[in-house]
Amino acid sequence: MTQQTLARPAAASEPPTDPGHRRRRHRYGERPGLAYLFLSPWIAGALVLTIGPMLASLYLSFTDYDLFTSPQWVGLANYRRLFDDDPRFLTSVGVTLRYVLISTPLKLIAALGVAILLNRVTRGSAFYRSAFYAPSLLGASAAIAIVWRLIFDNQGIVDKGLSAVGIHTGGWVASPRYALLVIVALAVWQFGAPMVIFLAGLKQIPQELYDASAVDGASPWRTFRSVTLPMLSPVVFFNLVLEMIHAFQSFTGAFVVSGGRGGPSDTTLFYTLYLYDNAFSNFRMGYASAMAWVLLLVIAVVTAALFGTSRRWVYYAGEDAR
Amino acid sequence: MTTVTAAVPVSRRVRKVLLHLAMIAAICALLYPVAWLISSSFKPASEILSGASLWPSRIVLSNYTEVFAGVAGVGVWRFAVNSLLISAGAVVGNVVSCSLAAYAFAWMRFRLRGPMFAFMIGTIMLPVHVLLIPQYTIFQNLGMIDTIWPLVLPKLLATDAFFIFMIVQFMRGLPSELGDAARIDGCGPLRAFRYVVLPLSKPALVTTAIFTFIWSWNDFLSQLIYLNSPETYTMPLALRLFIDQTGESSYGAMMAMSVLTLLPIALFFVAFQRLLVQGVTTTGMKG
Repeated sequence: MTQQTLARPAAASEPPTDPGHRRRRHRYGERPGLAYLFLSPWIAGALVLTIGPMLASLYLSFTDYDLFTSPQWVGLANYRRLFDDDPRFLTSVGVTLRYVLISTPLKLIAALGVAILLNRVTRGSAFYRSAFYAPSLLGASAAIAIVWRLIFDNQGIVDKGLSAVGIHTGGWVASPRYALLVIVALAVWQFGAPMVIFLAGLKQIPQELYDASAVDGASPWRTFRSVTLPMLSPVVFFNLVLEMIHAFQSFTGAFVVSGGRGGPSDTTLFYTLYLYDNAFSNFRMGYASAMAWVLLLVIAVVTAALFGTSRRWVYYAGEDAR
Repeated sequence: MTTVTAAVPVSRRVRKVLLHLAMIAAICALLYPVAWLISSSFKPASEILSGASLWPSRIVLSNYTEVFAGVAGVGVWRFAVNSLLISAGAVVGNVVSCSLAAYAFAWMRFRLRGPMFAFMIGTIMLPVHVLLIPQYTIFQNLGMIDTIWPLVLPKLLATDAFFIFMIVQFMRGLPSELGDAARIDGCGPLRAFRYVVLPLSKPALVTTAIFTFIWSWNDFLSQLIYLNSPETYTMPLALRLFIDQTGESSYGAMMAMSVLTLLPIALFFVAFQRLLVQGVTTTGMKG
């Protein structure tokens, strides 16, 4: 306290038009210990709950560990077994990839389509936006997954409706062909969150570009292809990365719809579901740790690949070469 | 107003009406499952599965009385209180710890700021699964399995880096002159934080609180892992218990329980929808 009182006159005597003015806020950091004090909860969390566990799970992935006896080093055995000797693992990889590749594009197309329409609405747009966004909040709940399960169940609404027009599926939840689609539908239903982001991006596109395109006599499709899509590509990219990462880790929907078993015949055995099963039903903690690291690597590679391709199709207005 | 509408060509007005109709139709279709859930919770159990209609043939409250009588011998209030305690604890933890960390990142200069900030951003994208098992052993060794602590303590240690990032972005937008003014008035960093930066960051803090509450309330995986006995179950876990215990014969109570689980989220949404949508817009966060 005394130090601050002493420092005050010097600080106050400085001219307010000092060119370094904007930097001045960092002055508080002149006692760096204080910054670390503010950061201490986060630092403790980073060390004890992030870095430590990351290293520990990397170590555990090379061991046999059942939680009750101490870990036994087994080298690469867990990883080898995943790819050579565990058909259910490969199934879960296939299911998850299929889910990611189907649900992400569908969700983003729905989000973009509705955002473009909503962008034209002047009156009531705030209401519409909120209404479309609501499923994104509700959909994460197990309660909504239960609703999905009943709607798509044998003799459920969808089954009855399809039967009425002569299509007999026997309910999607119990059908190996359609069960995954129930969870895809649940994901696409939550298109509101990326839609809100698309909408914000659309509002940033300068009207002049649309005026110019109208003067040139461009068709709506042409305008969409040559103005909207390129200008929106950074937002598309952002949503794509976010939704992909999210989809890889999807759990609740698959757990509830399949009753926690990933059935029928493992067609909804999501990666995370199988990981959970290994870790907390069978206590194969080392094996599950290896799965977690494979997941981390896959997500990292996919994200890096997306960033790699982004140079070709993401357009940043500020970085024009001319 | 009338002159303006008269000036708009008829075809454009028709198109506008069609647009609104399309929007309303889409929203009705989208919210149909929610409406169906609510109406089903008031239907006799036999009508639920294949009844597409939103109007029950007769309204019954038995589904709700059944739920309030208890699931697996535990009253629904217990689940609600458990969920509420976890969510409230998470809100307090996130708001306090994330705002402290964010203030340091946004308004202070220290040697490790660059690397620490980069690390913090990196953890946003980290899949929880690589941390899950060691964290479980930590909480097991602390004797905290089957308590709310594994679900609340991490929030007190600012592990939701996402919110730190959001608050940092907000605090950086505050004019730096405020810091100068506070200093000239004799505020140290602590008081500048408490009396200048924190009050002005209220929108970011409220957004953090609302999203933390909803996410904790909806959270399934970590509750599934850490809570093992019905007395400690939360609303989502009780739902699962329901499917396991009573089988598919009691759809009615399951629907009632689902409605009760969604109720707080729906209330939060109605109360704070503007802030929630803004939060998504400014940070691109997941719902």
